[in-house]
Parts: sequence; C-alpha cells; structure tokens
Amino acid sequence: MQTDNRPLSPHLQVYKPQLTSVMSIAHRITGVGLSAGVLLLIYWLVAAASGPDAYATARSLLGGFLGQLVLMAFTFALFYHLCNGIRHLFWDAGKGLELQTTYLSGYLALGAGIALTVIVWIVAYTAGGA
Amino acid sequence: MSYRTPVKQALGLGSAKYGVQHWWVQRVTAVALVPLVVWFAFGVAVHAGADYETVRAWIGSPITAVLFIALIAITCHHMQLGLQVVIEDYVHARGPQIATIVLVKFVSAILALAGIFAVLRIALGG
Repeated sequence: MQTDNRPLSPHLQVYKPQLTSVMSIAHRITGVGLSAGVLLLIYWLVAAASGPDAYATARSLLGGFLGQLVLMAFTFALFYHLCNGIRHLFWDAGKGLELQTTYLSGYLALGAGIALTVIVWIVAYTAGGA
Repeated sequence: MSYRTPVKQALGLGSAKYGVQHWWVQRVTAVALVPLVVWFAFGVAVHAGADYETVRAWIGSPITAVLFIALIAITCHHMQLGLQVVIEDYVHARGPQIATIVLVKFVSAILALAGIFAVLRIALGG
C-alpha cells in the first residue's frame, strides 16, 4: 500500500500559539522536567540518611542563592503540573470540554499554580526560616 | 488448512498492544499524588531552614516516613509511566524506543528504592 503521496495535515508551526495549546505542551515539559526534581528529592533524602557531612553539602547546595532559584522553578513546575493535571482529570471524566470552560479552567490552573508557589515560599521564608 | 482468523491482529498485537491499564494507572497515581504533593511541598517549606537533627526527626517520625515512602513510590511510578508516553511519541525507531523505555523503568525503580531505603534508614536508625 503506497501512502507517501497522501496529503498531510498542516504541521504544528502554522498554528498561532493559544493558551490551551501552550498549556498542553507545558504540562508535558513540566512533567519531564519534574523527573529532574525527583532526582533532587532522592539526593536530598539519601544525603539526610548518609550523615551530617553529606547533609551539610546538600543543604549548602540547595539552600544557596542558585539552589533556591532552581527550587523555586521546580516548585512552580510541580504546582503547575498538579493544577493542570486536575484540569486533565476533569476532561478525562468528560467535563469542562466546552471552549469557554477550557479557557476559564486554564487561567484558573495557571493562577492556582502561581499562588501555591508564592504561598509555599512565603511559608519557607517565614515559618521555615530559610 | 489454517484455522487462524484475523482476530490474531487484535489480540495483544494491535497498535495499542494492551488495553487501558497504562492510561488508568497514570490517572489513579495522579489522584493519589494531589494530596501527597501538597503535604510534601508545605512540609519541606516548614523545614526549609531546619538543621540536620530536626529534619531527620521530621522525616523519621512514623506518619511522615510512611507518607514519604508513599510519595516516593507513587511519584516514581507516575514518572516512568509519563516518560514512557513521551518516549513513545518522539522516539520512532523501535529498537532505541524500547531501550530508552526499559532504561527509564530501571532508573525509576532504582530511584524509588534509594529514596525508600533512605527514609527507612532515617526512621529506623542507622
């Protein structure tokens, strides 16, 4: 069966980026990125289990300016993936698929992701004394 | 004469290879991770500036240790399921695709075991 002469649908780059499409690919990008966050979490736990010296190294690495910046990025990726993931779960249940609702839930997920990130870091700087 | 029917094309050999198991487990782990991740993020934030002994006392307390183990196991499972789909989408050559997926599964399992072992060591003393 010859298939190489069939017309192809226009590819991704001809479409204007929209909130819905950008948030969709961002879900995947944050998901892949968070795998590196898992690596960091396991490193932190292993360091805490290894002894005071290993933990001091991990603490200075993650607690420094650059470390905190990286952790902030991971915090947002985590909460974005979480909030947008809940949006996906509603879609999986067949709810909220109308165009208007997808935009509303999109802004809601994005806003909640940012808000949770800010709140966690306020907690870290006040209650945690980071 | 052959008794084989076209059904062999559908049973475990179609393009999907399996049913909805992968999709379903991805969702179930996602639901489980919602409360766990919120607990984890705020728990770590509260202990952001804490010293070695305080952090170990927190990780090692029974409830925290169990929640950490659940978080690690479910996160690593959710992670390897997600990465598998990404690899299936972007790595087209069959050989490298299978090799990468197997590698991801092995690394995810080792990470989960390392994390769980670390929590148990802190909790049970050592």
